[in-house]
Amino acid sequence: MGGRQRIVIAKPGLDGHDRGAKVVARALRDGGHEVIYTGLRRTPEQIVRTVMDEDARFVGLSSLSGAHSHLFPKICNLLKESGLNDVVVFGGGIIPESDRPPLYSVGVRAIFGPGTPSTEVLEFVEEASTRDCGVGSDNGWIWGE
Amino acid sequence: MDRRTLARQLSAIENGEMQVDTFTDGDVIAITGPPGVGKSCIVDAILHRLAPAKNIAVLAVDPTSPLSGGALLGDRIRLSVLDDKTKSDSIYVRSVATRSSSGSIPSIIRDLASHLLSNSFDLVIIETVGAGQSEMRCAAIANRIVVVEGPARGDGIQAEKAGLLELADLIVVNKADLEGCDKVVNDLTVSLGLTSDAPPIIKTSIITGEGLEDLSNLIFNLEERTSSKRARCRQQLLMAHESSLTSNPHFEAILDRMSEEGLALDEALRELNE
Repeated sequence: MGGRQRIVIAKPGLDGHDRGAKVVARALRDGGHEVIYTGLRRTPEQIVRTVMDEDARFVGLSSLSGAHSHLFPKICNLLKESGLNDVVVFGGGIIPESDRPPLYSVGVRAIFGPGTPSTEVLEFVEEASTRDCGVGSDNGWIWGE
Repeated sequence: MDRRTLARQLSAIENGEMQVDTFTDGDVIAITGPPGVGKSCIVDAILHRLAPAKNIAVLAVDPTSPLSGGALLGDRIRLSVLDDKTKSDSIYVRSVATRSSSGSIPSIIRDLASHLLSNSFDLVIIETVGAGQSEMRCAAIANRIVVVEGPARGDGIQAEKAGLLELADLIVVNKADLEGCDKVVNDLTVSLGLTSDAPPIIKTSIITGEGLEDLSNLIFNLEERTSSKRARCRQQLLMAHESSLTSNPHFEAILDRMSEEGLALDEALRELNE
């Protein structure tokens, strides 16, 4: 399927850096998608509730605070517990290479670091929307790997 | 119905994959007014006071880009009531993009609101796109219209101008903590005082809390203004006509030919009517 997607861009945890999240939100908007921005300092529960109520197919998590290894798995697990297995999770921010494999193993499908062209995020959304790669799927596909 | 099923059904209605056959009547209130005047904060204040006693759904509309077809939907950010676990379960908030509709709310909102009312919501609040003086489309869908105004938005002549203000069932002058608010209230009172069934005017401030209690009490008890009945019907007709136009299967293709091949307007209209 491809085409217009509903995408939540979320800022989990105590992190006030939202420039990156806004740039990604803007790029997705200009790519023809409907982007719901959560604003700063959301809890995993609030983010999952937003994804559910907005019927979003994607959720992008932005973290520059170093708490990604705690927050991202928590959100992935909450999505699965809520039956939102088909929601595609991607992340961005300051996330060291060594921290990424555990995040991929809980269902994050892409991690975009500083310097990523915004077109790459659009390509990811396009590609992921044709695959069965929701957070609850165990097909093992990872963007760029 | 669980929230997820409800959310999916609303998407299906929005995408034209599910029809709403029977229209459910109920309280549908539009909150409208210029951009940045405090519509989202007013909605938040109302939700704080009415939930969890009432089940309330909010349809928050933001504009779709005429260039890319995408949208940035940011009304949820203001809704601090969603952080309150004792209230958030009785509130459902859905961000809606205007998509191909013109004006401050898309025509599909009528179906979405109806579906929510038939699923045990007591009240549907529609927060429109920031709207100008002649933007009256919300009158086609909501049975009550709350117009939010603010200080420093022009002189007394603005209050005399015809348009949206005439259809208001309630006027909220927000940002009462700022200078100039009393003057706006005064201008509006003088202007509307000349009509036979003037709507109430209420002064509010999100910062001090002034007027918010009164606003929440008023919202369920607004009287219908008989003078605006015909204007509402007019908006309903216009909206129905527009949605039959934009839902024409050839609409997008004809748009492309107009912009790329120079197809003339009268020719395009003729093809759409075929």
